[in-house]
Amino acid sequence: MSILFFYSFRNLLTRRLTTALTAGGMALVVFVFASVLMLSEGLKKTLVDTGSYDNVVVIRKAAESEVQSGVERVQASIVESQPEIAMGKDGKLLLAKELVVLINLPKRGSDKPSNVEIRGAAEKSMALRPQVKLVEGRMFRTGSAEIIAGRGVAKRFKGAGLGETIRFGMRDWTVVGIFDAGNTGFNSEIWGDVDQMMQAFRRPVYSSVIFKLANPSDFDELKARIESDPRLSVDAKRETKYYADQSEMMAKFLRILGISLTAIFSLGAVIGAMITMYAAVSNRVSEIGTLRALGFQKGSIHAAFLMESLLLGFIGGCSGLFFASFLQFFTISTMNWQTFSELAFTFSLTPEIIWKSLVFSLVMGLVGGLLPAFRAANMNIIEALRTS
Amino acid sequence: MFLLKLLLKNAFRHKLRAALTVTGIAIAILAFGMLRTVVDAWYVGVEASSATRLVTRNSISIIFPLPLSYNEKIRQVEGVKAVSYGSWFGGTYISEKNFIPAFAVEAKTYLRMFPELMLPPDQEEAFMADRKGCFVGQKIAKRFGWKIGDTITLKGNIYPGNWEFVLRGIYKGKYKSTPEDQFRFHWDYLNETLKKTVPRRADQIGFYMIEVKKPELAAPVAVKIDSMFKNSLAETITETEKAFQLGFIAMTEAIVMAIKMVSYVVIIIIMAVAANTMAMTARERIGEHAVLKTLGFGAPYIVLLVFGESLVVSAVGTFLGIILTYPAAGVFADKLGDWFPVFNVSQRTIYMDIAAGVVVGLTAAVFPSWRAVRLRIADGLRRIG
Repeated sequence: MSILFFYSFRNLLTRRLTTALTAGGMALVVFVFASVLMLSEGLKKTLVDTGSYDNVVVIRKAAESEVQSGVERVQASIVESQPEIAMGKDGKLLLAKELVVLINLPKRGSDKPSNVEIRGAAEKSMALRPQVKLVEGRMFRTGSAEIIAGRGVAKRFKGAGLGETIRFGMRDWTVVGIFDAGNTGFNSEIWGDVDQMMQAFRRPVYSSVIFKLANPSDFDELKARIESDPRLSVDAKRETKYYADQSEMMAKFLRILGISLTAIFSLGAVIGAMITMYAAVSNRVSEIGTLRALGFQKGSIHAAFLMESLLLGFIGGCSGLFFASFLQFFTISTMNWQTFSELAFTFSLTPEIIWKSLVFSLVMGLVGGLLPAFRAANMNIIEALRTS
Repeated sequence: MFLLKLLLKNAFRHKLRAALTVTGIAIAILAFGMLRTVVDAWYVGVEASSATRLVTRNSISIIFPLPLSYNEKIRQVEGVKAVSYGSWFGGTYISEKNFIPAFAVEAKTYLRMFPELMLPPDQEEAFMADRKGCFVGQKIAKRFGWKIGDTITLKGNIYPGNWEFVLRGIYKGKYKSTPEDQFRFHWDYLNETLKKTVPRRADQIGFYMIEVKKPELAAPVAVKIDSMFKNSLAETITETEKAFQLGFIAMTEAIVMAIKMVSYVVIIIIMAVAANTMAMTARERIGEHAVLKTLGFGAPYIVLLVFGESLVVSAVGTFLGIILTYPAAGVFADKLGDWFPVFNVSQRTIYMDIAAGVVVGLTAAVFPSWRAVRLRIADGLRRIG
C-alpha cells in the first residue's frame, strides 16, 4: 500500500505544472468557500457579542431598530418602575434611557459620507455593556458637548479621532475619548450625553430603554406584562435577539450568495480535477498494466488513483485555507439595509471552518477522482500492456 | 478553411476532456455573468435617475425630517420647475417577511415629475380622487395578487399601526431599469392621520424632489437651496438624484467590491482549468509538433494551432455559458426579488462574458505554445507516447 502511496505522490511531483494548476483551481474554490463562511461567522460573532443575554431592549411596537423607535418619557418611566430590573452596587437601577439617531459623516480618505449611529447614553450605559471599555482619553462629562467615539468610527471617519470635533445639531462636539468594544457593533457608534443629544436633535423622546434583569429567567413574564400594558405600546426583546434580528437580511444575503457561489465554483473545480485525473490515467495506461501484472489488485489501483486525487484536493484545501487566513486582518464595513447604519465586521476563522473547508476540498478531490480511478482499475491487463 | 477544420478536429479529439473543459468554461461564464448582473442590479437606482431631478434632505442624515414650510421657499428659487415631496414609509404586508418599499408622496406633483411610472389615465384619476388610495408597480401587484379596488393593510414600522389603503392603480415602468416593485400613496393621508395620533410628527417631510428647468441648472439650484437653510434648525443637503442614489450604494460598496472580486476569481479558476487542459493537450502532441516542424512549418504556425484550439474550446464554452445566463437570471430574479427589483442581463454583461472567454482562451494557450516553440525537433521525435 505504501508503495502505491509513493507512486501517487511522486506522480503529482513529476507533473508539477498540471498539479499546480489543478490544486490552484481548487485552492481558489476553497478560498472562496472559506471566506464566505468566515464572513458569516464574523457577522454572527459581531452580533452575538454586541448583545448580552441578561439585557432587555425596549423599543416602540413594530419598530425594527432603535433608530426607528420612539419611547415617550412617560412610557420610559413606566418601564423603569418594573420590579425585575437589576440594581447596581451603588443602589441605582441598571437601566439606561437612550437616544439613537443616524448622522451622516464623511469617511477619511475617500470623503464619501456614510451613516453612523450616534447614541445618547446615560449614566449606566457603560455598566450595561461590559464589553465597552474606554481606552484613550476620558469619559464625556454630563451636560457638555463632549462625545466619545468607538475605535472603528475614530479610525474610519473624519473628525472622529481623539481631540477632533464633529459638527451636528448646530453645535460642535469634541471627541474626548475613544472606546474599544472588541468585535461588537458598538465599535461603529459615537456616544454622548443623552439630554444634550435630545436637545441638539430636537427629539423629545427616547429611542429605547435598556436594562439588566436581576434574574434572567424573569424575561418572559416581564415581556408579557410590558407588552400588554395599555399605557405602553412597546416591544421588549432580549438584547441578543434584538441584534440578531437587525442583521437578518444581511445574514440571509450572505448565506444565499455563499451557497450559490460555492455550488457553482465547486462544480468548476471538480471538473478541473476530473480532467487532470483522466489525463493522469490515460498517460499511464502501460504503467497500470504493469502494476496489475505484478499482482496489485483492482482495489489497490482504485485506491491509488483516488489517493492521488485526494492528495490534490488536500493540497488545494490547505493552500486555499492558508491564503484565506490572511483575510482575518481585513474589516468589512458596509451599510446594514435594515438600519441604514454602518456595520463593521471582520472575517473570522474558527476550527469548524477549517475542518469544513478541508472536508470540502477532500470531497472535491474524491468526486473528481472517482470516475477516472474506476476506469484505471477496470483496465484490461493485456490491452493495457500492449499500448506503449 | 483547412486550418479551422484542423483546429476543430484537434479540439475535440479527446472527447471527454473537451466536454469537461467546455462545461467548466460554460459554468464559469455563467457565474461571471450572474455576478455582473447582480452588480448591475445594485446600480439600477442610479440608472433610473434623471439628470433634471434633485433630492433635498436633512443634512444630519436621511432619518431627520424637514419642515413642510420649505416647500414654498424652494418653489421660489429660480430655475426650479416643480417641487414634490414625500416620506419614506416602509412597512410590511401580512408578515414581517414581506417588506414593502412604500413612500407617501404629494401625488399631483409627483406623478408629473416621474413620467416613467406609466399609470393609465383613468386609474390616475381614481387614485387622485381617493385619499386612501395607492398605486403600485405591476411586479409587486403580481407578487401578492393585488387587483384594482382591493384593500391593502400595511403594518408600519416607522409610523406605527395598521394602515389601510385602497389599490387604485397599477403602473408599468417606461424603461427596463424602472423598478416595478414600488408602493405610493397620498402624503396627505399620512399627515392627517399623524395629526390625530402623533401631532409632534405631523407636517414633516422626509425629502423634497425638485425638478429643474435644464440639467445645467442642477448645480446652482442645489447650492442656492442649501444656502437658504444654512444655520437653520433643519439644514439641507441637495444633490442630484443620481448622486443621492450613488451615496446609498457607496455605503454598501464593500459588498459590491466583494462581488466584483469574486467574479474575477471565478475567471481565474477557470483559467487554471483551461490552462491545465491545454498543457496536457500540448504535452500529448509533442510528437506531432515535432513532425510539423520537420515538415517545415514554422513556429508561428504551431503557435497558431495551439492558440486556435484553445480559443475554439473557450468559444464553445462561452457560447453555452451565455445562453444559460438568461434562464438562470430568470430563476434568480424570482428568488431574490426582495433584494433586486430589477434583474436584467445587460448587453454590457454579454460583452464582458465574451471578453472573459477570449482572455481565458488566450492565457490558457500561452504556456503550452511557448513550450511547443522551444521544442527541439530531435527531442520531440525521440519522445514516445
